[in-house]
Amino acid sequence: MSHFLDRLTFFTRKDEAFSGGHGITTREDRGWEDGYRKRWQHDKVVRSTHGVNCTGSCSWKVYVKGGIVTWETQQTDYPRTRPDLPNHEPRGCARGASYSWYLYSANRVKHPLVRGRLLRLWREARAVRTPVAAWASIQQDPAKRRAYTAIRGHGGFVRSTWDEVNEMIAAANAYTVKTYGPDRVFGFSPIPAMSMVSYAAGARYLSLMGGVCMSFYDWYCDLPPSSPQTWGEQTDVPESADWYNSGFLILWGSNVPQTRTPDAHFYTEVRYRGAKSVVICPDYSEASKFADMWVSVKQGTDAALGMAMGHVILKEFHVDRQVPYFVDYAKRYTDMPMLVRLVRQEDGKLVPERFLRASDLDGGMGETNNPEWKTLALDETTGELVVPNGSVGFRWGEKGKWNLEAKRADGAPVDLRLSLAGGEKDVSDGFEDVAFPYFGNIAHEHFVSDAHASVLERRVPVKRIATAEGETLVATVYDLFLANYGVDRGFGGGNVAESFDDDAPYSPAWAEAITGVKRDQIVTVAREFARNAEKTDGRSMIIIGAAMNHWYHMDMNYRSAINMLVMCGCVGQSGGGWSHYVGQEKLRPQSGWAPLAFGLDWGRPPRQQNSTSCFYAHTDQWRYEQLDVSEILSPTAPAGPWDGAIIDYNIRAERMGWLPSAPQLEENPLGIAAKATAAGLSPKDYVAQSLKSGALKMSCEDPDNPKNWPRNLFVWRSNLLGSSGKGHEYFLKHLLGTKHGLLGKDLGEEGKRKSKEVVWRDEAPEGKLDLLVTLDFRMSTTCVYSDIVLPTASWYEKDDLNTSDMHPFIHPLTAAVDPVWESRTDWNIYKGLAAAFSEVAPEVLGVETDVVLTPILHDTPGEIAQPFDVADWKTGAIEPVPGKTMPQVTVVERDYPNLYKRFTALGPLMTKVGNGGKGMAWNTEHEVELLRELNGVVTEEGPTKGLARIETAIDACEVLLMLAPETNGEVAVKAWESLETFTGREHAHLALPKEDEKIRFRDVVAQPRKIISSPIWSGLESEKVCYNACYTNVHELIPWRTLTGRQQLYQDHLWMRAFGEGFCVYRPPIDMKTVHPVKGRGADGAPEIVLNFITPHQKWGIHSTYSDNLMMLTLNRGGPVVWISENDAKKAGLVDNDWIEVYNTNGAISARAVVSQRVKDGMCMMYHAQEKIVNTPGSTLTGQRGGIHNSVTRAVLKPTHMIGGYAQLSYGFNYYGTVGANRDEFVVVRKLAKVDWLDDEPVPAVAAE
Amino acid sequence: METSLNHILFGWFPYLALTVFLVGSWIRFDREQYTWKASSSQLLRRRQLVLGSVLFHVGILVLFLGHAAGLLTPAFVFEAVGISKAFKQGMAIAVGGIAGLVTLVGIALLTHRRLFDPRIRATSSFADTAILLIVFAQLLLGLATIPLSLGHLDGYEMLKFMTWAQGILTLQPGVSAVVADVHPIFKAHLLLGMAIFLVFPFTRLVHVWSAPVWYLGRRGYQVVRTKKPASAKEPAPAARPAPARPVPAAQPAE
Repeated sequence: MSHFLDRLTFFTRKDEAFSGGHGITTREDRGWEDGYRKRWQHDKVVRSTHGVNCTGSCSWKVYVKGGIVTWETQQTDYPRTRPDLPNHEPRGCARGASYSWYLYSANRVKHPLVRGRLLRLWREARAVRTPVAAWASIQQDPAKRRAYTAIRGHGGFVRSTWDEVNEMIAAANAYTVKTYGPDRVFGFSPIPAMSMVSYAAGARYLSLMGGVCMSFYDWYCDLPPSSPQTWGEQTDVPESADWYNSGFLILWGSNVPQTRTPDAHFYTEVRYRGAKSVVICPDYSEASKFADMWVSVKQGTDAALGMAMGHVILKEFHVDRQVPYFVDYAKRYTDMPMLVRLVRQEDGKLVPERFLRASDLDGGMGETNNPEWKTLALDETTGELVVPNGSVGFRWGEKGKWNLEAKRADGAPVDLRLSLAGGEKDVSDGFEDVAFPYFGNIAHEHFVSDAHASVLERRVPVKRIATAEGETLVATVYDLFLANYGVDRGFGGGNVAESFDDDAPYSPAWAEAITGVKRDQIVTVAREFARNAEKTDGRSMIIIGAAMNHWYHMDMNYRSAINMLVMCGCVGQSGGGWSHYVGQEKLRPQSGWAPLAFGLDWGRPPRQQNSTSCFYAHTDQWRYEQLDVSEILSPTAPAGPWDGAIIDYNIRAERMGWLPSAPQLEENPLGIAAKATAAGLSPKDYVAQSLKSGALKMSCEDPDNPKNWPRNLFVWRSNLLGSSGKGHEYFLKHLLGTKHGLLGKDLGEEGKRKSKEVVWRDEAPEGKLDLLVTLDFRMSTTCVYSDIVLPTASWYEKDDLNTSDMHPFIHPLTAAVDPVWESRTDWNIYKGLAAAFSEVAPEVLGVETDVVLTPILHDTPGEIAQPFDVADWKTGAIEPVPGKTMPQVTVVERDYPNLYKRFTALGPLMTKVGNGGKGMAWNTEHEVELLRELNGVVTEEGPTKGLARIETAIDACEVLLMLAPETNGEVAVKAWESLETFTGREHAHLALPKEDEKIRFRDVVAQPRKIISSPIWSGLESEKVCYNACYTNVHELIPWRTLTGRQQLYQDHLWMRAFGEGFCVYRPPIDMKTVHPVKGRGADGAPEIVLNFITPHQKWGIHSTYSDNLMMLTLNRGGPVVWISENDAKKAGLVDNDWIEVYNTNGAISARAVVSQRVKDGMCMMYHAQEKIVNTPGSTLTGQRGGIHNSVTRAVLKPTHMIGGYAQLSYGFNYYGTVGANRDEFVVVRKLAKVDWLDDEPVPAVAAE
Repeated sequence: METSLNHILFGWFPYLALTVFLVGSWIRFDREQYTWKASSSQLLRRRQLVLGSVLFHVGILVLFLGHAAGLLTPAFVFEAVGISKAFKQGMAIAVGGIAGLVTLVGIALLTHRRLFDPRIRATSSFADTAILLIVFAQLLLGLATIPLSLGHLDGYEMLKFMTWAQGILTLQPGVSAVVADVHPIFKAHLLLGMAIFLVFPFTRLVHVWSAPVWYLGRRGYQVVRTKKPASAKEPAPAARPAPARPVPAAQPAE
């Protein structure tokens, strides 16, 4: 009753002694214990996860107490693995365990917020006008528009209501669609796998409108272009459990314990099992301490190391001694037996050209279907020229021969020959010296270069073949490949290394000078790697990460590693292969999700844009481009007009149908169909003819023309401006039009303009966007710069799905509590916008016809569009033919007044056309019928009556689970059967045992579920093997989706050869030229040092998330930091924790220095995604708050990534295209003389509100 | 007028202070158990705390016990054991002076730490700082009485305070007249002392109630806080029941 009175027990208290008085028993009040007991009591536990693109995809228990989320712990109920394989659990890390802090933190976005000046303008206009007219009145008055765009990022948000913001956004979208076209409404949201329905919500809204979904995997530079180049696959990798099957693991630029924390246990476990591990990393990373050998390579020279290791493997395991397993693998699964034409250049040098094709020979070797897409080889025993099955020519237009059986097209067995020389019967016609480009002699201020010639000739066995055009010389890829490595095969000739101590590219001695790694170490690693693969049939693995892939010449880094794996037969074998872990890109139920996300149930194709090219153009980074094409062109480049600026190549690529274009044309695409009808032409012909005549112009040619600006941008599930936005200050200046920290001048001001194709405008636009809308739960940098911020539900407040490449499970996010304050789930926000749009749009829009331009797409019959030469119709050399020499043209109907109805119902195309993915197609009538029964049907009158409902996020989950082969066994069987028609082999057995399995949302809420094996992916999930990429290619003989149908180590496209990347070579980092113009700018006498700027992933956050979380800030230094070495610190007069300024022409950062022995001299590390919202003072150079990590970077495009219309080198959304590299950047570092927090009162005139 | 003010301050105010002190402490103890603590800041910074705190607590305990014994022991007891008033006065000055100086050093360290250590300052509540300053002021007032007491070495002045204190505790508010003519510094010391009783329940001083003096007389090393009623006779331990089903020979490894 009373704590006090209850203690008054002097008359009743009787302490009893026991154990001879050593102990006593008392009866005092124990009520205080409840305090401790209740601390861990809770009302319920809900399963959810964190959609944060960490790839962990860990299932968590979220605890709720009194209606409040209190804490989270790791789930431990993953399905068991098989005996002798450790279980997956527990999965999770400190970052995830701190997430619940966000829900009720001060950083939470709690209400719809609008920039105050914009809201005032809107309310004034809306009081006298209809919604679209009101928005128009603001946009058409430059002073009004400038009033709010120029103060973006400078505060001034006021609270609004959902009804008001929905109407405002809908009006802005409708105005933009009507005035400029739907392809001016953009949306950026990354990584659907981390919360599929949230992604789908916005993408569905945009796609039904005709708006543009922007890519992310390439923009993040997580996409390794080497993967589509080699395998025709975006990225497919082993799950982390497969590490346990390995015998030798190289961790190459991947920091597993820090960035793959929940998976790291498999790495430690396999080491207990006896696997050896080598860690290749410039700094002493967390992973390095696990290594049996730590290889500290000079940053950016990984390709040199890879080439040298490849040299050792080729020499010892292919030349001096031939390992039967390696030889067999090379014959069956690689392009090594294929024949390549050799042509003599003007200077008399012989260079490798394209693959010899069936069409080159008289009669096309009897091939009538796509002979120009069928590569040739020689038979080992007969020496006869044969057309082996499996090349891309067999994939399209015929059935049953697209497989990797050792057969020729006529069905006779064949044993392909690797080398023309040697063997039982030498089939060569002698030897020739073939020229290979060499780039290691390019001088760079901060990297070692040597004096070898730019063109290295090496002796190769050749054969003369009579073609339709006359006699031609050919060689096998195998012979050229070995020559390229400088391996001495006893053929004579120069530029080969007789021993590993010879300084010839690419010997270990040569690499020692460039990489700083001792030659003995190189030889040891290579030898042990290959020896393990030999003994285990390929169980050597390379775990590789963004550290290697973020360099401008990432393809070379990666291909040097991929080559090692292929030489040793590791790809597609359990415990072996290429384990590239970057973002959470594996959206396992992808083909079920795509119709929902991109509105494919209502109209096809969707508009998708590659972000790197788009941001390069529209943040005007191209106006500052310092990289000249001549700096990256090969010394053996075929004759050609290799002129112009980098952006010109992108424009050519868009014109030729290689890369997508959005905005696509200067004209509104809604008006084109009517003009075509008036001209009596089909829209396709009308567009082609008008482009040729110049009546229509592509937007890419004039990105600074106001007609071609992106006008509306939605950002959700992303922190574009605070995290991934390479060239942050360019975004601020040109896209947003606000204050920025750019320190350099554009090429016009410098008088260095070289562009040919692009229209140059002296006045660079500032503020291209009319409206930036961000959905987030925390006040990120992107929110700070937005015009409208919408409060979204956090990961514990919504229903959604999550998958990863690290494990084979699909599991949910579920709502532990309702969205707090005024926040709403992404699904409900976009549903609300769709409703508002349908109400507002009829003011200016009805049912419209939209003409959509799409590039030539990979995995479609159109991918074999341009077999030989590269020709641009703009030059007049050829005709523009949609889908062949220019983008495809399609008409799509948009029903704007019924957009909401379409949003909330599964459209008729799923029944009429069906579904598919990666070139396969299957019928979905049964699934649609089941969904009508499961979700119920629309009963309201209108165009959607009778269709399956998609009202809630759970309905949306059911749609994608029902349609995807990975979660519906019946669909999996149909998908495998579809593949059977291509390969002529039986595959359905892989899914038949699971045909009756249908995974539903509530199933995964009960327990994570293992996905079903599907032909969309190249690995299997079974009781016998872990998921391993390319497993079905090797074990089911399904071709890789490349030109040769095999792992393609030779890239024969003209642009590949022109830029010197036919074969893998070492290329030093490029010179960004951003440091010298700003050296000495500070002029306060503080010593300056120049360092390579490296941005690896951190320990205290996942991208920018958690980096403002109090718990993580407490574990770290509580704000932005840059790590530098002790020696460099001494030179700059710095001690640990000093404030420093880091800058170049791109902008400036202020941060604290962490001085550490573990950093290599000459580089600094600013862990990726440190924003400027916590503890960041001003920069003395820019006068602005000290910048984010991307304030000193700028994206640079690479022409080889623009190639299209060429089998695996064809565009796919997030599959191929330009990537946002940023590692070649250097910065000036010096002590920050004055720490200014910029917290004075703003001058009233510039105050935001 | 002056008489009535004196009566209010020294006749009635003591009862207000004591009532708030007792009832307030009781209510806080019953309602706010989690606030019943000393609020030590040792975790935040040890520096200056250990020395300051030990000196302060040693000094203040001597002062507290000295005041309690000196003021509340009836005069006849002293006479009975042969302690003269003059001797008692002398002893009070000597012991109080030394303990006062020890306390002064301690509280000066603590006050400096509380006000000038940024971590401690940032985590201090208003009450934390205020009570420290009040106790500091009271200590200075107490020390300031020493010169006055040196002028009354006969001990009769001290007798007034004993009479007053014992009168208040024996419910005679009229006893206020005894201290009507003492030096203002004595009066200020008395008033501030009563004020400390008044604010006591609202500050961290409540930890004084829970000073762990019980440990001194505790028996045994192991304390079992049983929930069994005291009257229940200890049942004889039953034989351990046999397992319901046989234990498997070996658990399958997960």
